[in-house]
Amino acid sequence: MAMSNNVLQEVRQFIVSNYLYGQERTFNDDDSFMGEGIIDSTGVLQLVAFLEESYGITVEDEELTPENLDSLNNVAGYLARKMSAPPRVEMLEQSVTGGNL
Amino acid sequence: MNSCAAISPDVLHIDAVRETERIVAAIRDVVFNQFRRKGAVIGVSGGIDSSVVAFLCARALGNEHVLVLFTPEADSSPDSLRLGRMVAESLGVRSAVEDISPILRAARCYERRDESIRMAVPEYGEGYKCKIVLPNLVDANRYAIFSIVVQSPDGEVKKVRLGPTAYLGIVAATNFKQRTRKMIEYYYADLYQYAVAGTPNRLEYDQGFFVKGGDGAADFKPIAHLYKSQVYELAAYLGVPEEIRRRPSTTDTYSLEQSQEEFYFSMPLAKMDLCLYGKNHGIPPEELAPVAGLDEKQVQRAYAMIESKRNVARYLRAAPVLVEEIAGI
Repeated sequence: MAMSNNVLQEVRQFIVSNYLYGQERTFNDDDSFMGEGIIDSTGVLQLVAFLEESYGITVEDEELTPENLDSLNNVAGYLARKMSAPPRVEMLEQSVTGGNL
Repeated sequence: MNSCAAISPDVLHIDAVRETERIVAAIRDVVFNQFRRKGAVIGVSGGIDSSVVAFLCARALGNEHVLVLFTPEADSSPDSLRLGRMVAESLGVRSAVEDISPILRAARCYERRDESIRMAVPEYGEGYKCKIVLPNLVDANRYAIFSIVVQSPDGEVKKVRLGPTAYLGIVAATNFKQRTRKMIEYYYADLYQYAVAGTPNRLEYDQGFFVKGGDGAADFKPIAHLYKSQVYELAAYLGVPEEIRRRPSTTDTYSLEQSQEEFYFSMPLAKMDLCLYGKNHGIPPEELAPVAGLDEKQVQRAYAMIESKRNVARYLRAAPVLVEEIAGI
């Protein structure tokens, strides 16, 4: 729960700094980024880059969906799932064979 | 605007004779009466839209008052110039060829673009070809995130999703092409006291498929109210050469062949036309779906995509904003 709250704050800060340009406007954790006109598709691209850099994840093509990225709560849920998921098989194989053998 | 009348595949059918008369009268009025210009310059790409505009202008203003301009550059398909010349010859109008590659090189268009591509594909260099593409957005509820497709000199093809810096860098650099073309068009417009014709169809105008200050700039846009399928209907009536009417729509901006669907619309243009019509007329997705050959969810996604792109396009279409009205002008 603590991670989720931190994520909400960090992503909110990213959105406010990059897309609200100091406006007074507020938005709720469940508000749709696209639906409310907070970010556009280029903004999604920048959000994805922010998540990848900040949380050390790789957002796969099939994960580029509103269910994962269209609100603060969706992003927090996506990150929680992503970071608790077991590493992908190819990454495991790489770590097994990639050492000083 | 809402209408729940039954929709049929023929809903976009137009009376080409009457529509041509209406557009021709409007062109004549704008060019000769409102702007007091002596004719029109049209940048012709060999595609259906610019060809139709050239035919309409010739009919409206007379062949001797029309200049057709070809502006090839290093990445242009040779077909574009060949088909453009076909338009000029069919109409018997004057034409000029301006190779814009030297201007683009001087502006470092290609160099800047390639630097941005190398952020995603470090090995990209001499002899490579490229294009940017969207995923199929109609079959899955995904965001419109571009990938770059590169082809190495030995034919190996690679596709990489673009990050924001690379994507914006590629688009900003390639936009030099459309802006340079427009600069050349206005050179000839100044030289002959002509007006510049814009060539967007309704899909492009509505959805922002143009470069602000580039192909988005013009003195008049005579087919901006026509759906793409209506442009084809008009082309057949006006006698646009069949090879142009059969040519698949292309952006002719990247060195690899790139259809407009994979660059911008994510679905065949005929279906996109019907979805845009359906959205504009308040037709519920379940009613439009069987007519467009899509399922209900696909139409819902198309409606959402149209709305999203429309929001972005408002900035592209906006005239410069003043703090207050200027009296007396």
